[in-house]
Amino acid sequence: MFPKLFRKTPLAWRQLMKEKVRLAVAVAGIGFADMLIFIQMGFEGALFNAAVKPHRNLQADLVLINPQFQTLFSVKSFSRERLYQTLAYDGVKSVSYVYISTGQWRNPETRLDRAILVWGIDPASPAFSFPEVQQNLDSLKQLNNVLFDRAGRPEYGVVETFDKTGKFTTELNGKEIQVSNLFTNGASFAADGNVIASDSTFLTLFPDRKPENIEVGLIHLKPEADVTQVQAQLRAGLPKDVLVLTPEEFAQIERTYWANGTGIGFIFGLGVGVGFIVGIVIVYQILYSDVSDHLPEYATLKAMGYTDKYLLIVLIQESLILAVLGFLPGFFLSFGLYQLAYAATLLPIEMTIERATTVFLMTIVMCVGSGAIAMRKLRSADPADVF
Amino acid sequence: MQNLTIVNQSVKDITTAPVIYVDHLNHYFGKGSLRKQVLFDINLQINAGEIVLLTGPSGSGKTTLLTLLGGLRSAEEGSLKILSQEMSGASKQQLTKVRRQIGYIFQAHNLMKFLTAKENVRMSLELHDEKLKQDIDAIAIAMLEKVGLGDRVNYYAENLSGGQKQRVAIARALVSHPKIVLADEPTAALDKKSGRDVVELMYKLAKEQGITILLVTHDNRILDIADRILYMEDGCLVSDGTDVTAKMH
Repeated sequence: MFPKLFRKTPLAWRQLMKEKVRLAVAVAGIGFADMLIFIQMGFEGALFNAAVKPHRNLQADLVLINPQFQTLFSVKSFSRERLYQTLAYDGVKSVSYVYISTGQWRNPETRLDRAILVWGIDPASPAFSFPEVQQNLDSLKQLNNVLFDRAGRPEYGVVETFDKTGKFTTELNGKEIQVSNLFTNGASFAADGNVIASDSTFLTLFPDRKPENIEVGLIHLKPEADVTQVQAQLRAGLPKDVLVLTPEEFAQIERTYWANGTGIGFIFGLGVGVGFIVGIVIVYQILYSDVSDHLPEYATLKAMGYTDKYLLIVLIQESLILAVLGFLPGFFLSFGLYQLAYAATLLPIEMTIERATTVFLMTIVMCVGSGAIAMRKLRSADPADVF
Repeated sequence: MQNLTIVNQSVKDITTAPVIYVDHLNHYFGKGSLRKQVLFDINLQINAGEIVLLTGPSGSGKTTLLTLLGGLRSAEEGSLKILSQEMSGASKQQLTKVRRQIGYIFQAHNLMKFLTAKENVRMSLELHDEKLKQDIDAIAIAMLEKVGLGDRVNYYAENLSGGQKQRVAIARALVSHPKIVLADEPTAALDKKSGRDVVELMYKLAKEQGITILLVTHDNRILDIADRILYMEDGCLVSDGTDVTAKMH
């Protein structure tokens, strides 16, 4: 079967290659559509990744939050009592907690204040798995020392000075603080930057805060404990004023907030849809004019005894070739654009295999779909007309 | 009487059945009140190896008859048998199958613009699965050499002259050894010399392979190659099979 197939003239390929200009236009068009889709998906993915990066770096097997807690952008607290109650359950080894609030960070050079997300953690029990945080927990024990997120917006004015001098002093919520070291998280739509402080420092920065109200409770389980089982027990045992989640479920709440609770998910989805439609229109135009130009030739093939099915397969092959040829430049250009976008926004925008596969499949659907529409023209190739 | 039987016998040997057999064929175009009859009661029989010219004024229905004979349209009324296959009411599949045994030569050469001369000829071979086992490139090149284009096998149609293109078309039509070749004004777009060359080539190859040729033409410079000339007017076959040679002598 296959050797026979390869002995046949690759009609689709030859036809596309004969008209180089048209091919270039088609490839550029598909590449452009793919790029549009990639950019939309990239920003959407980056938004979600950035938004949940702190969640995913929480060091905990289970977390407790207020059921009203939807996003870091507007945190809700609950009583620390609930966290201590969990210690009575089988499998729970230890607990720790995190305070979260938004403070005003002053850039000492421009004297401008900018909102920043402040995390208060107990330096004795690590809350984050960021390696730089782990290594510098001791420095946090000193009051008014903080760790600063080096991937935050440059407007905070920290990174350059700190890298040069090894120290940085400014005001946070009107209190003088020192940056003792840097860690890397990244800006998100909810926060332009992050700082991590000890719980004591946190409470001096936010004097209105009561120590017994926390934002996130971290539960560490004994090695032999089963997460799902303990989670079920806690859910059954604890009052309904807290939610018991895995860190990933916690991250999904944040993600859902941005995806569904704001226009952002819709807008990016719309962008992807527009890119897709642009692609269909371009490929359709190309295939339609290709079929129209070659109508007498197709009719001749039919007259010679080639079947409708054969010509249909040629058209499908053409669309598949176009899909592959158009996807490649689209992919590489998007790759470059992602780098540019990362440099400009510090959003964690990156190419994933999953996304590349999705867009490739979309390109195939786009091309074959257009081929199917152009096919109607193919049917009008009547061999009786060629005489 | 005995003599006659022997002659009949020998004719029968070559042609157990006529390759084209038309009986009381009528054909119409259009639907409803616009329906118009274009062919009227056509009766015709063409035997294997015959070269038949079909001529007549424009609009007389020559091309319509040719498309019916070629299985490009399905016949509606009357009987039409191509290579013993009844075409009246034939399915699309049956039509396609019959077409594969027919070589077509068009007024416009209708070569694939994106293929070389050799590949155009190959397209005709690739229709036949048993040919794919052979070296179809070699067959295609040999055929192009026969039509005098051995040095043009890798040329695209746009780089060939009108006569050369038509010769590629002839190579394409004849390479898979069809039983019938249908040609529609093959010389119309050619100058006198190329037209003559093309027709003589067709004649030579057809006689070599024992192919039946039905050729629609206005070109009276080529009438002499025919075994028979049919004349059509207003959808009717006026003269069925004047024996040219008999007439000439």
